[in-house]
Amino acid sequence: MDIIKVENVDFSYVSQNDNGKQISNKVLKNINIDIPEGQFLAVLGHNGCGKSTMAKLFNGLLIPQSGKVFVDGIDTADENRIFDVRQTVGMVFQNPDNQIVATIVEEDVAFALENLGVLPNEIRKRVDESLKTVGMYEYRDHAPHKLSGGQKQRVAIAGVLAMRPKCLVLDEPTAMLDPKGRKEIIKTIKMLNKDFGTTVILITHYMEEAAQADRVVVMEQGEVVLDNIPERIFSQVEFMKKIGLDVPQTIELFYELNKNGFSLNLEILDIEEQAEQLADAIKGGNYGISN
Amino acid sequence: MLRDITIGQFFPGDSPVHRMDSRLKLILNLAFLVIIFIADNYLALGISAAFVLSLYIISGISLKFIFRSLKPIMPLIIITSVLNLFLLTGEGEPIFKLGFITIYWQAIDTTAFMILRLFVLIAGMSLLTYTTSPIVLTDAIERLLSPLKYIRFPVHELAMMMTIAMRFIPTLIEETDKIVLAQKARGANFEEGNLITRIKAFIPIIVPLFVSAFKRANELALAMECRCYHGGDGRTKLRQPKLAIVDLFAFLVFLLFTIIIILTNIYF
Ligand SMILES: Nc1ncnc2c1ncn2[C@@H]1O[C@H](COP(=O)(O)OP(=O)(O)O)[C@@H](O)[C@H]1O
Ligand SMILES: [Mg+2]
Repeated sequence: MDIIKVENVDFSYVSQNDNGKQISNKVLKNINIDIPEGQFLAVLGHNGCGKSTMAKLFNGLLIPQSGKVFVDGIDTADENRIFDVRQTVGMVFQNPDNQIVATIVEEDVAFALENLGVLPNEIRKRVDESLKTVGMYEYRDHAPHKLSGGQKQRVAIAGVLAMRPKCLVLDEPTAMLDPKGRKEIIKTIKMLNKDFGTTVILITHYMEEAAQADRVVVMEQGEVVLDNIPERIFSQVEFMKKIGLDVPQTIELFYELNKNGFSLNLEILDIEEQAEQLADAIKGGNYGISN
Repeated sequence: MLRDITIGQFFPGDSPVHRMDSRLKLILNLAFLVIIFIADNYLALGISAAFVLSLYIISGISLKFIFRSLKPIMPLIIITSVLNLFLLTGEGEPIFKLGFITIYWQAIDTTAFMILRLFVLIAGMSLLTYTTSPIVLTDAIERLLSPLKYIRFPVHELAMMMTIAMRFIPTLIEETDKIVLAQKARGANFEEGNLITRIKAFIPIIVPLFVSAFKRANELALAMECRCYHGGDGRTKLRQPKLAIVDLFAFLVFLLFTIIIILTNIYF
């Protein structure tokens, strides 16, 4: 069963210029994506290629001008069911400071449930459960502004998890965090995906994060240009460089070595396996360096 | 430099005063205001002072915070006291006369009474913010005002605004700090020059601050929408205030206090 189904979607931002004339800026062109339940999907693409816009289609924050988006079978354009859509697809943004509404951690996590009119006992239960899941239960009565970036972002995730979404969309959730916070978030996301079967859509600029996904979608100027398992994506080093993206550093190293006569397999992302492969190549005396 | 500002200091605790229902606390606080203005003799004020003092002791809040709460209104008290002393007249001979300054015994009496009354009043009312967290207080205000919804007064929106303001004040203060430092690093000078120059020096702080505040507001609105926010309709609350024994007890104590004050008014 596909949790999200995007069919022939075009999206334009329409605004008025100084003369009152409407100008429309086409940001997404003919997007088609099916995301099966339980998948961990990473979305890559350089700034302004339309990743955030696409993410906003996934929970009905934006409605496409043409084409359809279905969330768990519900058309996101159906206004009567918008809260079902938003409960199914939870969204986490880049800046944790700007997602936290309340002055106390547990109050913030309760926010979505309060909006949905859930009964107080049930709210209590789900707030505790969500905070425990992201490992922030001990901080439940703290003030958010005193937490670290990674902790704040985990609170933001808990605030969304309280709705028990089947799918989590994270729009560059680690972009503003230090390496430690980044690790915390990635660990949390992977745990949600593995242990709870939550579908995860992770928009990111970090190739090492994308390498851990089940599937990677690469966007360029409003179009999906690559859609494959990470091993098949990152082995296309030249293409990735052409559209202004990086590959994980180990792949980059292997790519450079291959240029100099090595024949290393670029379709392996596991660091241990890569190390073994490199060690074997060196042991075999296969340096291949001509000078 | 700005980081230390706090609004409404709250001292967490587990005393009966802390545990009281915040709505009742708010109402009794207002009732206290009325009673202190009804009290018209020194005995009544003395009893009120003792009442407030014992509440501080019960809630475990250091008595030095009584003085801290009085600090901001000191200038006001001093100015009105001086004006009262010189301007009020009384019967009989003035007890002090020098040039155009005359002071009557009655003026001293009235002024002293006024000062005492304000002291008791402020100390008593400060206890509310000392023992109630801002979020609980906001909640209490929302609940107490909720009947006004029927005349289309935006009660929920008001409470939401207060909550968001409280949430973002520390964030924006931190941000101001950063901008100030950034501008200083570029050679901005906030300490020298005449008033106009100094005001001008603040423009490069205000503008980025506003730009960022609007950006934050935009993102917060999106995040709220993602969490199904749609105003106050059909909203429930995590915290369900319930009246408990401690509230009944508090109410009875307060009633007793009120009766005593009224009796002193009648008999003294
Ligand atoms: N609210 C908006 N109004 C008008 N144009 C927008 C808006 N948001 C984004 N855009 C434009 O849409 C394009 C894609 O933006 P976005 O989806 O944010 O890209 P990404 O997240 O990949 O960086 C950009 O050119 C951007 O300028
Ligand atoms: Mg973006």
